[in-house]
Amino acid sequence: MDLYSISSNALLTAFILYLLATFFFGGAIRQNKSERNKQTKTGTIGLVITIIGFVSQLVYFITRWVITGHAPVSNLFEFTTFLGMSMIFAFIIIYIYYKNAFLGVFALPLATIIIAYASMFSTDVVPLQASLQNYWLSIHVTTVALGQGILFISFVAGLMYLIRQIDQTKLSWRNVMLELVIYCIFLFIGFIAVTTIFNVLSYEATFEVERDGQLVIAEYHLPPIAAPKDSTLLSENVMKSWFEAPAWMHGDEAGRKLNTVIWSFFGGSLIYGLALLISRRRIGERLQPLLKGVKPDMLDEIMYRSVAIGFPVFTLGGLIFAAIWAQIAWGRFWGWDPKEVWALITWFFYAAFLHLRLSRGWHGEKSGWLAVIGFAIIMFNLIVVNLVLASLHSYA
Amino acid sequence: MNKIKCECGHINPEGTVLCEACGKPVEENQHIDGNDDKKLLNMRYDGSARRSQTFKKSLIDKIWGFFSSVKVGVWLIVLTLVASIFGTIFPQEQFIPQDAVSRDPAIFYEDRYGIFGLIYYQLGFHHMYSSLWFIILIALIGVSLVICSLDRFIPLFRALRNQKPKKHKKFLSKQRLYSESSNVDDADIDKLVKNLKKSRYKITEEDGHVLAEKGRFSRWGPYVNHIGLIIILIAAILRSTPIMFSEDYMWVREGEQRVIPGTNNKYYIENKDFILETQNANDERFQEASLEEEIPVNYQTDVVIYEAKNADVVGAEPELEPILTYSIQMNNPAKFDKYTLYQQGYQLNEFKNMSFKIHETDDEKEESLGNFTIDLTNPESVYELDSGFRVELTNYYPDYIMTENGNPASETDHPRNPAFVVTVYPPDSDEGEVSFLGIGKNIDATGENEYKVAIEDVEFRDVSGIAISSDRTLPFFILGATIFMIGVIQGMYWQHRRVWINRDKDGSLLLAAHTNKNWYGIKRDIEKAIEGTNVSMARDQQELDE
Ligand code: HEM
Repeated sequence: MDLYSISSNALLTAFILYLLATFFFGGAIRQNKSERNKQTKTGTIGLVITIIGFVSQLVYFITRWVITGHAPVSNLFEFTTFLGMSMIFAFIIIYIYYKNAFLGVFALPLATIIIAYASMFSTDVVPLQASLQNYWLSIHVTTVALGQGILFISFVAGLMYLIRQIDQTKLSWRNVMLELVIYCIFLFIGFIAVTTIFNVLSYEATFEVERDGQLVIAEYHLPPIAAPKDSTLLSENVMKSWFEAPAWMHGDEAGRKLNTVIWSFFGGSLIYGLALLISRRRIGERLQPLLKGVKPDMLDEIMYRSVAIGFPVFTLGGLIFAAIWAQIAWGRFWGWDPKEVWALITWFFYAAFLHLRLSRGWHGEKSGWLAVIGFAIIMFNLIVVNLVLASLHSYA
Repeated sequence: MNKIKCECGHINPEGTVLCEACGKPVEENQHIDGNDDKKLLNMRYDGSARRSQTFKKSLIDKIWGFFSSVKVGVWLIVLTLVASIFGTIFPQEQFIPQDAVSRDPAIFYEDRYGIFGLIYYQLGFHHMYSSLWFIILIALIGVSLVICSLDRFIPLFRALRNQKPKKHKKFLSKQRLYSESSNVDDADIDKLVKNLKKSRYKITEEDGHVLAEKGRFSRWGPYVNHIGLIIILIAAILRSTPIMFSEDYMWVREGEQRVIPGTNNKYYIENKDFILETQNANDERFQEASLEEEIPVNYQTDVVIYEAKNADVVGAEPELEPILTYSIQMNNPAKFDKYTLYQQGYQLNEFKNMSFKIHETDDEKEESLGNFTIDLTNPESVYELDSGFRVELTNYYPDYIMTENGNPASETDHPRNPAFVVTVYPPDSDEGEVSFLGIGKNIDATGENEYKVAIEDVEFRDVSGIAISSDRTLPFFILGATIFMIGVIQGMYWQHRRVWINRDKDGSLLLAAHTNKNWYGIKRDIEKAIEGTNVSMARDQQELDE
């Protein structure tokens, strides 16, 4: 086996182990009051499997480093995979401290979705651009990912708190918003499912696009619902597009990205619809009884602690190390580039979170919403800012 | 000032909510922190007397009160956050792409984004982060930071220094963690105290009453980190002064030696060579990738820096002494004196010079009657050829375009598309012939020219774009950031935990505990400490309902 396949198999193994561990944590849930927070055997097995999975992912990371010759955090696939790994790492630490099996049931599948999401991007090994050839970049990116991984735990705890505590007996703003958050998670799953299906089918549709008087080729791997602007379809026997991407969406990739978003909505809504059909209630409502056995106080504390631990790490990686790198590469440590601004927005947001909590007493549910919004901002920075807003960061 | 004397004998400043020494609620001040008899005590700032809560009459009191409110602080942060979001909807003016219709913001935004672009531009969102109101927001955050830190730090410091192990029963029983145990003997207490010591609590004893405390220094974390932030804000203000920060940009051609702008003619740079390296799929490591494009992996300018020894002598020819030979790369700037040079731009294959020959228009062999070479950055006005011909450079357009009304013009001063109008005087003649020359153009104005000028050779060279910056604010930013990090870590990774162990009058043992965060941790500490004693575990009086 060559190094490349060792690397990708190690990642796959980690992926499977995380899912397996989820089941063990599920089995470790104790509804019985006296046994909570006690280490159970199944819980320990779950932890061990998670750690083995983590080690396997570490093998992926190291072998890929050897192959590429640089820390593998330099494109969307590599970075997002590493983000998933940091989430698992943060979970392991928090679990060892709090021994809360419920957390595993939620954190592991969500982190696994992130890793699956990562693998939807090109896994090719490509040379490192000049601006990225600096070890400060690797330090910056890994620290950011670590910080975001810890903040992810606060999101998970916050989400669990909301599911546990929000009144589901009648329809209200709060449980509709909660359902919307859950629906967003389904959109990720939809994206992954649709992309995987058409990948397996090797679907391809090619367009010829006129761009500044030149003809360029745009390749689609999903059936084109939205075609690129000013394009002609070259492939035969593929679906006719329904419309062209609007003019205000710029860049060569705009059509393809829009198309992917539309497909994710279709796929995600379909899966969500099925889930709704099977459970016959809101998903939040369905999950609520599952969480009866966990103390809301405990969730609240885990949520706050992970922000308390994650905030300084994020500051260090996302602002300070980022500034050091930018200073060395371009001579300006801060340039108001969209990616930088969104890191600052994230930072401001969590600063507001901490102040509201400490001084205005925003505990429990209010805090839970903030934790969810905070992580939504992080995801926005990862997805929208990278894929849509123009940015200096190369893999953007 | 109206001092408040507590029944324990301690004199508290006006506005105190809980006696600094014994913690007994000061009757008339309970409204300040919203305490009421049925609820647990509000332990924020230990019930100390804060100026903002005590004095509310004069204008200064009102301003102080306004800025010391965390509510106001959070509002300022949220407003800044929202403004920042608006700044990222469309690119900021410095990020208007090169290929845009126009780089003039007045045109660009409307052209590309329609009506929303126009509104964006008119609201000034295209230079959001340098706009006055954004800067005012940041400054207000700074003011708020200073005032609110002073408002709390001093009284909190006082309260924690004056605290006594013996607490009023009301103080203890209204802590979140509290228990009463009867039939506890001294040995139990000894053991309890010893266990707490083992968990690294600091013990203070007074008449058999015990205070176990750890991590008090973490309470100063927020104030330390706010000081860090203030230093950063000050550094940002300093940065807008030319003494502390200056930045320039220069283009320097291969082989060219130029003075470095912004150095008062003290330093010169010579561009020896500009190198652009690219890499593609040929590298075996990257075989998995199907690369269509080459990826640039190195931008480099090999330079020599000279110092002018007599820069201050006006008019004197500078005496240059090489001080540094360096390969400036992206991510690898050159540094000397207080300047740093960064690789920032490049222009490949700029025209360096063009050589021409003159031949008779109807000579099919185009036999040369004389050659001349025009240096495109430094053209001469007349070229005298050995053969007796004289060529006058009548007009030179380094970057030729044809304007809308049909006149030739030069778009920039860079020789990217050179064109010339030349007048050729044959030997011993005063009658010149006019020709227009350019890349792929050779136009004879009258159509009757006897001689023709033809391009023989072109030489190219690269131009390197170098940014020069002199930034003396960096140490301040580094200091501020370091202090900020120390402060947050101090406040976040440690907690201030206190356990009070008091003997009540009837001999029962009162145990109460408080922490500023991480209640789970302090509960574990107490569980560990009471192991093997008759002391009952403190009950959490605030646990959420299940
Ligand atoms: C972006 C700017 C700011 C940052 C990053 C920041 C950061 C922090 C952090 C990390 C803490 C500790 C929180 C905790 O322990 O949970 C804190 C506490 C605090 N901050 Fe800020 N802060 C900022 C602006 C402000 C402003 C403008 C105010 C003024 C109203 C303020 C007032 C406070 C107060 C009163 C505390 C609590 C201190 C205590 O109770 O011990 N902060 N700040």
